[in-house]
Formats: sequence, C-alpha cells, structure tokens
Amino acid sequence: MKSRTIKVDYLARVEGEGGLFVKIKNRTVVDVIFNIFEPPRFFEAFLRGRNFTEAPDITARICGICPVAYQMSSVHAMEYALGVKVDGQLRALRRLLYCGEWIESHILHIYLLHAPDFLGYEDAIRMAKDYPDAVKNALRLKKIGNELMILLGGREIHPINVKVGGFYKVPAKKELENHLDDLKWARDAAIDTVKLVSTFNFPDFEQDYEFVALRHPDEYPLCEGRLVSNKGVDIPIPDYEKHFEERHVEHSTSLHSVIRARGAYHVGPLARYNLNFDRLPQSAQQAARDVKLATPCNNPFKSIIVRAVETVFACEEAIRIINEYEMPEHPAIEIQPRAGVGYGCSEAPRGTLYHRYRIDDKGKITDAKIVPPTSQNQKIIESDLWEFVQKNMALSNEKLTWLCEQAVRNYDPCISCSCHFLKLHIERE
Amino acid sequence: MGNRRKPRLAVWKFASCDGCQLSLLDCEDELLAVAGEVEIANFPEASRAIIGRSYDISLVEGSITTPHDAERIHKVRRASGILITIGACATSGGIQALRNFKDVKEFTSIVYASPQYIETLNKSTPITDHISVDFQLNGCPINKYQLVEVLSAYLNGRKPNIPSYSTCIECKLKGNVCVMVAHGTPCLGPVTHAGCGSICPAYNRGCYGCFGPKETPNTAALSWQWKKLGINDENLVRAFRGFNANADAFRKESEAHEK
Ligand code: SF4
Ligand code: SF4
Repeated sequence: MKSRTIKVDYLARVEGEGGLFVKIKNRTVVDVIFNIFEPPRFFEAFLRGRNFTEAPDITARICGICPVAYQMSSVHAMEYALGVKVDGQLRALRRLLYCGEWIESHILHIYLLHAPDFLGYEDAIRMAKDYPDAVKNALRLKKIGNELMILLGGREIHPINVKVGGFYKVPAKKELENHLDDLKWARDAAIDTVKLVSTFNFPDFEQDYEFVALRHPDEYPLCEGRLVSNKGVDIPIPDYEKHFEERHVEHSTSLHSVIRARGAYHVGPLARYNLNFDRLPQSAQQAARDVKLATPCNNPFKSIIVRAVETVFACEEAIRIINEYEMPEHPAIEIQPRAGVGYGCSEAPRGTLYHRYRIDDKGKITDAKIVPPTSQNQKIIESDLWEFVQKNMALSNEKLTWLCEQAVRNYDPCISCSCHFLKLHIERE
Repeated sequence: MGNRRKPRLAVWKFASCDGCQLSLLDCEDELLAVAGEVEIANFPEASRAIIGRSYDISLVEGSITTPHDAERIHKVRRASGILITIGACATSGGIQALRNFKDVKEFTSIVYASPQYIETLNKSTPITDHISVDFQLNGCPINKYQLVEVLSAYLNGRKPNIPSYSTCIECKLKGNVCVMVAHGTPCLGPVTHAGCGSICPAYNRGCYGCFGPKETPNTAALSWQWKKLGINDENLVRAFRGFNANADAFRKESEAHEK
C-alpha cells in the first residue's frame, strides 16, 4: 500500500492564511482539506449594538482587498431595512466606485497573483524580469482602478466616502472626465490582457458546476438583481437564506455554504460570465469571442481569461457612467431610522457577498449575518482538488503541489473574509 | 557596497484584513523600485518563494488573538533585524479589539455554531504587548507613502520622517474648512494621529479616528466639545470605540463615558 500526501502549509498569493492537504492511498484520493487558519475576528458579534450608519465602515475592515464590496452589500441591506432606494446618479456613482475596485482587484489577481503560476514564476516581481512591459502595464491598469476609488472613495483601501443613502461628497463632472483618457487606455489594455492570458496553457479540466450569480434585467450585475443559477435557482435576494445554508463538514475546519436542495455551488467571475454573457457590452463580448472563450466555460483555470473580460466590462461601464454623469444636487438622501430587517447582495470581484441586518427603531443593529464569496466557494475548491489530483496522479509531487495551489488560486480566495464565518476546528480529546 | 547582498524583507500577518500589506502592492509607481532595493524574502501574499530564515526588515500586520499567534510573534522577533508594525491592528489591536470590552465566550457563540472548537484569547492585543518593536506605523489602513518613507529611511540608515501631530494640523496645512466649526460635524481630528492627509474632512465628513490617538491627546476636552454639539455619552463611547478602541487614550475616554 503506497500512500502519498501533498501538503502546503501556507498558501501563497492568496489573501489571508490558508493551507491545503491532500491524501492519496493506492492511487486514489482519500482526503482533501482546504484549510483556513485565520484567527476569527467576530465581526457579526461586535456589529450588534452599533449604529446602522457604521456598517459600511466597519464591515469594510473584513477585507482590505474588496472593501467596496462590503460597503455596497451593507448599504444596500440597510437601505432595504429602512425602506429607501438610492437611484439615478448616486446609484451610477456607486457602480463607478465598484468598477474601480473590480479593475484594481482583477488586475492584481490576473498579473500579480495568478499569471506567475501559468508562466512558472514564484511571483510577479521575478516575472517582471522577463516580462517587464506586461508587469508595467499591469501596474498602470491597477493604478487606474485605484485612482477611481481614490476620487470617489477618498482612498483605495477602506474608502471613507460611502454612506447609507449615498455619499458624503460627490465629484464634479470635470473631476470624473479627467479619468476618461486613462480609462480608454485601460479598456484597450484589458482587451490586450484577454488576448495575452488566453495564450497560457490551461490544464484540461472541467466540472459540471452549479453557477450562482446576480442577474439584472439590463446590466451586468454589480449590486442588484435576482440570484440565479444554471440549475434552477431564481430568487429575490431576501430569499437567500431559504435556499442556501452554511454547514459544518466533519473532515473540514470550516463552514461550507451549500444550496439546500443540491449541495456545492460556484460563485465568482466564471459564474457571472456564464449566467450574464448577454449583459456584457459589445467590446467585452467580442474580446471573449476573439479568443474563442466558450460560453458556458466550465474550466476553472480559465477564470483568469474571464477576469480580463470583466475588466474590459468595468472600464467600458466606467466610461459610460462618466459620459452620462450629471452632478446630483445632494450627495445623499436623508434617512430616518426605523425598525426592520434588510438584505443585500453584491458581486465582489471574487463572487457574491450576502449581508443581512436587523435594526431597531433607534437604528441600532441587533443582529447581523454576512456570507462572503470564499466560504461559498470552499466546497467547490475542495471538490476541484479532489478531481484534479485524481486525474493527474502521474505527476511528481512538486509539480502536482504547484498545480493544486494554482487550482485554489483559480478562485482568488479571500481567506481574511471567510474566516470570520468559517469554523476553526481544533480537535481535543 | 556593490557585492553586498540586498537587505531581506519579510511581511508577516496576524489577525487583520490584509489591507495594510496590500498597501505595498498598491505602490504601483514604487513597487519595482522597492523590489530592486530589497530582496522580497518572505511575503506570502505576493510570492511562493521563501528565502532564508532571517530577515533584515520585517513588516508585521495584525493583532494577537490566539495562543498560537502569541508564540509565533516571538519567533518573528527572533528572525528579524528591524521590526516595524503596520496599521491599527498591529499597533493597537484593531477593530477586533472590540471583544476586549465584552465577554469573548458570548462573541464566539454569536458567530459560531460550535464555539468549543474556537481557540481564541479574551483580548486582541497589539504587537508591543508581546515584543519590542522598532517602529510603529498608524492607520487603518496605513498610508502607502508613509510606508515607502519608513522603508527607505531604514534602508538608508536614517530616522523616518513621520510627523506625530494631529489630523487637525494636517487639515490646517491642507487648507481644509473645519467641519466642526463650519458645519457642526463632530470630528476626532484634534486627537487623531496625522498620516492620512485629512481625508475625511476634505469629503465633508468628521474624522473617525482610524489613525489612532496622537501623542498626548486631550480627549476629554474634545468630548466636552462634542457634547456641546449634542452628542450623548452612548455615542461618545461608540466614537472612541472604533478601529483603535484598545489604544490607551481612546480606551480610557470611552470608559469614562460608560459610567
Ligand atoms: S489596520 Fe485596518 S487596514 Fe490594516 S490590516 Fe488592520 S483592519 Fe486592515
Ligand atoms: S480623517 Fe481620520 S478617519 Fe478619515 S482617514 Fe484620516 S484618520 Fe482616518
């Protein structure tokens, strides 16, 4: 009986601390654990007793990589509870801010975190020696995303300008127009990125996933829409907890989200793309067609191409919003606290992020629930690893280990986010 | 100097959101230059490579919240030459230090269905409660230009130029209209450490103290002014109990309004 283990104690190029463990016995995978060992930070607990106005600033600190996602899901949930709707130019500005985060986060992942795997480098800095132009363009692209966040949010990490009801201050049209040339360059650079990453070597690997994402009647989804899947889910956001739940799986140290009826599901760029291809702007659709990216695409390694296509979308959407912008008269709508429950979902760069809050008549939070994308993808990540190792048993340990890491990075997992909700399982006799 | 090896840089993470270390990758204009000056020897967020076991400069993000981390930080200290803490989590305990004011068992059972599996300390504590550190950079998140300044200061053997006055002074230097005087908006600027460049007041918002207390802040005087603006004790407690709730001056001020 020959047994092999693949162990990565500290997974690199992901946000936060995680490891993975695969056990093989007699050429069969017998165990896979994708481990989270981030210390818990108890956000849902200390949100209790805070004011509803504080949720966007506090929940942003769950994740430094996608703070806008937390701010967007939280303000939408609060506005639902308070019975107000932010519309018109304020809504457009929120999308614009989110586009900035998408550009920044996708480019970070594509070039700095994921491309080095495909090209065989330990990191982007070592990669930059052989691909100086690609890395320089990537840094410029990333900066263009960050600059949108700085203008609209005050800073790129934990923006200070988002509030329930709108913003503290809105920009003049001229300030936004200053970004147009950069954004047009960024759109073209994103199209080139689609071409570049589509030339990578992709492992031949597909799974029959259930993809879940928001779907909006006429937009590529960011903050609004219904939750849909390719296997029959089609629900309004407030029904989320009726259909999805977090379960503790024995062999694992964490909570796994599942669809009650069927089990594991997949959120993120691949899911959005497969469910919303028809909502992408022409240029993004064309970029995907030009590189023969299938719809649906069931190869998670190709998520890097989809991220590039979504970056084309984010630039295009930003340009559209700026062109149509008229400075609103008030930066926010007035809000009176009242008791209620609110639900919000938005599409973080790495997938759907769900928030629910209960507030009392003074506006104090009495209960909070947050389900981040990485805890929803965790079960899928493990099942990918299981299948992938089984198929590629013949590879050396070293090769297989790197490919497994790469397979985890397909999901751009944000472990800092998920850990507050994932279980740290320490067995004691 | 030519054939001396480049100083080795390591980045360590404890309980945090990763935002402060992301600041380094957000230095789009400086990243390749920084990478040319140092050898990035241990920075898991950015690289698979781990080079050597000791590091000339260590950046530490995050607070200590588990027994395991309370041990690990000593190993990091032993492996490091210069050790710099980055951000509110590392310098004061961060937002997760809100547990310090509550019963952590209750917290655990709110978030986790099987709290017996969670190993965590009662308090979230800053790095300085455990080891000696060479420099502390404030902010939630830190200012990336300050990070570059601190790194280049240590690489060149000089003292970092990081002012310790208040956010309020930064406003004056920037020519911001005072939100407290002009709009009656409560602002923590007078007691908050400089560094952000007074972002919030420039966006018509009061400072919420994410850079932590400045040196010798007069928090009591500020609370008195806030009260004149109609802010009650409960809201004063919340204001000082934010991203630097466990920083001495802010903790004491919040406790003073709890009685
Ligand atoms: S100080 Fe703030 S930005 Fe930095 S790691 Fe902690 S929570 Fe994140
Ligand atoms: S003004 Fe205050 S709260 Fe705003 S970014 Fe600066 S230190 Fe942080």
